[in-house]
Amino acid sequence: MASDSDSDEDFVTYGTPLEPLEEDEPLKKPVPLHDQTVKDEKGRYKRFHGAFTGGFSAGYFNTVGSKEGWAPSAFVSSRQQKAEKHHARPEDFMDEEDFSEHGIAPREITTSQEFSSSRRDEAGEKARAISAQAALIPGDTLLEELIAPARSSIGVELLMKMGWKEGQGVGPRVKRKARRQQMDGGGKVYGCTLPPAGSEESEDDDEEFAPENVTFAPKDVTPVDFNPRLGVQGLGYRGLDPSLALLGHGTAEHIDLFKPQSETRNRLFGDTKSSSRRGGVVGQAFGVGALEDDDEDVYHRDSMSRYDTILGEEEPGDSLYGWTAPQQYTKKKVRSKDASYLGKILEGFTLAQKPLEEKTIFPPPCLPRDYRPVHHFRPSVDVSHLSGVSPALAEALRVSKGHMVKEEPQQAGRHQLDSGQRRALLGEDTLQGPSSVMELLRPEDRQRLLSFRNSSNPPSAKTSTPVSGHASQTSGKSAQVLPASSGLQQEALAAWRGIQTSSQTFKPFEKNPSKQARYELYLSRLKQGDNDALEQSLDPGMTEWERSREREEFVRASILYRPTSSSLSSRFTRAKDQEDDDSVEVSQDQEGDLDDKQSAVKMKMFGKLTRETFEWYPDKLLCKRFNVPDPYPGSGIVGLPKVKRDKFSVFNFLTVTESREAAAPPKPPESGKKSRWDVSEQKVEKKKEDPLGELLSAARNQTETKVEHTPTPALPALPASISSSDQAPGSKPEIKSSEQQSSEQKKEGDEEEEEEEEESRPPMDLFKAIFASSSDEKSSSSSEGESSDEEEEKVTKEDEGKVDSEPLNLFSIPSSSSATTTSSSATTTSSSATASSSATASSSATASSSATTSSSATASSSATASSSHQAAVSTQASEQEEEEFGPKLPPPSAALIRGGAASMCPPIKEVKTGKKSKEKKHKKKKHYKHKKEKKKKKHKKHKHKEAAEEEQGGGAGEQEGEDGQVSTDELLKRLKSIRSHQMW
Amino acid sequence: MAFPQPRPQAPQIPQHLLRTIDCQQGAVRAVRFNIDGNYLLSCGSDKSLKLWSTSRGTLLKTYSGHGYEVLDADGSYDNSQICSCSSDKTVILWDVATGQVTRKLRGHAGKVNCVQFNEEATVILSGSIDGTVRCWDTRSRRYEPIQVLDEARDGISSLKVAQHELLTGSVDGRVRRYDLRMGQLHVDFISSPITCVCFSQDGQCTLSSSLDSTLRLLDKSTGEMLGEYTGHKMKGYKLDCCLSSKDTHVLSCSEDGHVYCWDLVEGSLSLKLPVGKAVVQSLSFHPTETRLLTAMEGRVQVWGADEKGSA
Repeated sequence: MASDSDSDEDFVTYGTPLEPLEEDEPLKKPVPLHDQTVKDEKGRYKRFHGAFTGGFSAGYFNTVGSKEGWAPSAFVSSRQQKAEKHHARPEDFMDEEDFSEHGIAPREITTSQEFSSSRRDEAGEKARAISAQAALIPGDTLLEELIAPARSSIGVELLMKMGWKEGQGVGPRVKRKARRQQMDGGGKVYGCTLPPAGSEESEDDDEEFAPENVTFAPKDVTPVDFNPRLGVQGLGYRGLDPSLALLGHGTAEHIDLFKPQSETRNRLFGDTKSSSRRGGVVGQAFGVGALEDDDEDVYHRDSMSRYDTILGEEEPGDSLYGWTAPQQYTKKKVRSKDASYLGKILEGFTLAQKPLEEKTIFPPPCLPRDYRPVHHFRPSVDVSHLSGVSPALAEALRVSKGHMVKEEPQQAGRHQLDSGQRRALLGEDTLQGPSSVMELLRPEDRQRLLSFRNSSNPPSAKTSTPVSGHASQTSGKSAQVLPASSGLQQEALAAWRGIQTSSQTFKPFEKNPSKQARYELYLSRLKQGDNDALEQSLDPGMTEWERSREREEFVRASILYRPTSSSLSSRFTRAKDQEDDDSVEVSQDQEGDLDDKQSAVKMKMFGKLTRETFEWYPDKLLCKRFNVPDPYPGSGIVGLPKVKRDKFSVFNFLTVTESREAAAPPKPPESGKKSRWDVSEQKVEKKKEDPLGELLSAARNQTETKVEHTPTPALPALPASISSSDQAPGSKPEIKSSEQQSSEQKKEGDEEEEEEEEESRPPMDLFKAIFASSSDEKSSSSSEGESSDEEEEKVTKEDEGKVDSEPLNLFSIPSSSSATTTSSSATTTSSSATASSSATASSSATASSSATTSSSATASSSATASSSHQAAVSTQASEQEEEEFGPKLPPPSAALIRGGAASMCPPIKEVKTGKKSKEKKHKKKKHYKHKKEKKKKKHKKHKHKEAAEEEQGGGAGEQEGEDGQVSTDELLKRLKSIRSHQMW
Repeated sequence: MAFPQPRPQAPQIPQHLLRTIDCQQGAVRAVRFNIDGNYLLSCGSDKSLKLWSTSRGTLLKTYSGHGYEVLDADGSYDNSQICSCSSDKTVILWDVATGQVTRKLRGHAGKVNCVQFNEEATVILSGSIDGTVRCWDTRSRRYEPIQVLDEARDGISSLKVAQHELLTGSVDGRVRRYDLRMGQLHVDFISSPITCVCFSQDGQCTLSSSLDSTLRLLDKSTGEMLGEYTGHKMKGYKLDCCLSSKDTHVLSCSEDGHVYCWDLVEGSLSLKLPVGKAVVQSLSFHPTETRLLTAMEGRVQVWGADEKGSA
């Protein structure tokens, strides 16, 4: 048996082996002949049409039609237009099988006859041979070739023109002698040796007679033919051989019925001994049906001499062949292997000199006897759990374990891990939302609980595992007296001080790792009872504004997410997996901030501010219909891509103002899908919620008086008034002024109305809201906005500080003059009153007032600042304004305004008086008509100057511009939300 | 080369009334020129759509099949098809010659304000009060839209197609431009409800009229405002605006019974065309000539630069 397996290795297997027979299997029924179907590569049935008619398919897919089908042509013929004769080519009736490689008319790209060397036209020859076979007289083409015109290729013609003659070699003419010497001298010939030709000898013979000065053409050499392998046939494949077909000798020869190798196989191996049996075409492509092995020459006459009379081949030397005599047999096989190879080597192949190296396959390693495929970790001692252990011992323990764990102590086992640690191990995300019930408690209750807990268990008794990043140490520090600046900070400190464990702190700034790190630092400082924890934990590299913002965020977050007692929090476990995703898919275009755009529209600053661009995925078919290539080929999205947004981010809790704002959108056009044309015209006009309509009506109210005076359109009149005024060089174009003026008036009107609505509310908040908004507005990221009253006050203070330093010169002059005028001023619109009074109060207040809304007072004061020579005039102008609009106000003291919380006092009165004065204003409108007119002209001038200043004033001016756009209704929203937040 | 270029004429304004057509189909909701300006379509409130000859003022065909008043219509580039939309929430594709309904497209949830063919009339785009623009395929037998553009947060009041761009104006105060070639959506915030949007003839600007009685000419690529046109009254109605055929003037309907015509560059009012006492509902400018259609109540008026209408 072993010898058998050896012999197996020697065999070369071709084709697919038969399925191994299983013993129990019932004998399969042979497939009946009519069920044996032949399919082509596309699974279509092939019908056999007979060997002479083209194998399996005839015509165009077994039809008599062509690709276009059989279409009767309508007879169209006239004298002018003769009927076209349609010549059907044979190709029209061929299908792809016929055109394929083995078909009737194989198609391939060949060199055209003219350019090909004559020996290259194999395809043509093949085709011709086939046609010759198909023809009535075999070898018909011979005649054809005789009468065929002599064709020579371009190359041959060119050579002829150069003097070449047939039978000569190509190259410079040489002297015979030299060549001879060369031939002799070259003892070794590298590379290809020229085939020795018989004619050379004879030429050599008459070399002696060649004169010295006669040169000869070089000998013609048959070049080595390197045929690239074309097609996909296997090695040794040879197609139809017409030459053999023609030279076929019909002599009957011995038929070896029991020969293991078929005829074709012999041919395949280039067995030269076995010549072709019969005439006609021999090859693998033609006439061999799929159902039979070979083309049997059925019509040949048989003779007994062609058959074997004895079984088996000729006997080998010993008579044991065929019997179980393995030794001898293998020996013989080895010998015959080489012998059988010899002469059977494929074209272009040589026998290998040394046999292939056998691949050594190493056995798999032996497993030790006691091997168990489960790894057990040694239980380790958690150092951090041993509270009473000295640090030195702990360190020693750590070292002994071989772990240099700093933050993450070796975990005892998976059952001792809490969910957070497991999460950290698994690399999962933290869950959003409050982490324990304590956070849902009211602050007072929490406070009570905390105090109770703090008193009950001493801080050193805590043995919970700390989460990384939280350096929880014992806090022996006592609370120090905090500065009275921030009550919230104090509260936060009180909440966090002395608290050691924070196994599950909520991470509000998870999206921003560095911020979260700072927040955690802050928390840890808080826990230590650090008074200036906030200041220390903030990043000094940030801008003042960012810091103040972060400060308030941190304080707020720390208060909201107070730590809980571990005893309580341990009662609850976290959900292992999130039930629903914490983010909602929001269409991309709903991200934008509406207020900025609204104000930009009011400022007529179309362009970047009002434009948003999104990726939009048109449907593929739509692109096709529009004759446009798909801009995003391969993307499955249609329409706007969705963006994920947190359903519950911290700022849904923190920035109550903004969320409220979003919940109750102030603009009806955006709010509902109710169309404008549904309602009647009057209704639309009456719609008071519409801010713009409101503005317009307000503006109209204001301008009515003026329009009465100036019946001509304002536009042509404007340039004159402007040119008379002293302008700053960088002022804006004239046409703008009227627009700006009107928008300004719109704002005034807007504010008026808003304040009317606001009468019941304490105006302190309004003031705060205004200031809060001024700081908030600067941030484009509204989501991070957080409106804590005191915090924002701090912000504004800092803003004041900033403003103070830069544009001080702008406001220094009018601050004194207008301060005097304010006191004497009588009645005015509320907005201008607010602005002007705050302007007079201090320069810092001026900055902030201008931040709220641009008003005439600011404009005038700034105008005076810019053009000093006009200062007198403009102060006068402001005086006039004050006479018109300024309500009787108690002279505000600068100290009050600067004094932090107390600063809210004056604006309260202002607003109140403003409201009162509003009614007055309407009465006095006509009375002051002429003055108003004057004022308006001033407005124009000042507006321009302000514009110019804005350009000069750089950052400060920009700030003004932006802040000026805060709409009052938005402020009101904020105010409301602040109040509700306080209640909460 | 021998002849000098003809001197450029001063831009003409259609200020002479050439013809008044009494459409007899109730109030005319919209009036539209066809692609070459030889015919006009009038959308009536009596559910009918009528095709008229502009030059002779004769009625050529009446298309009835809508269930409620017709709000907008558009003709295809080859004058073989008409699409119209109606308050009955449908869009109908008509065969011009036979007057038969080729296709009735349902899918909008509200009345359909505006409808347009694309350049090759392979797609009908319709904007509805339900805030969606639907793209209907005229080539296939599908009755579902190819794509629904639901970006608007309020009703679509107007839409225009130019080559591979789609411009929509919505009551949410935004002008949206869908660029199919770039695959981008540009949203310009105007704040006031948009009543009508137009492309300029050169395709570089967009004109939008809004209910704050202002027309704004915005640069298409950047969204910057190039011009602002005021003076007319547009506060409650969805009224049309358009640009003249040579982009020289901006025209708008007004609720005070006039058509206002501003110089595009200067922004100054160049003509205040008195049409009548009622609101000018719709207008349409001839694609090549100086000719204007206005619709007021039940009448359509044709205006030209000269008395004879030779221009």
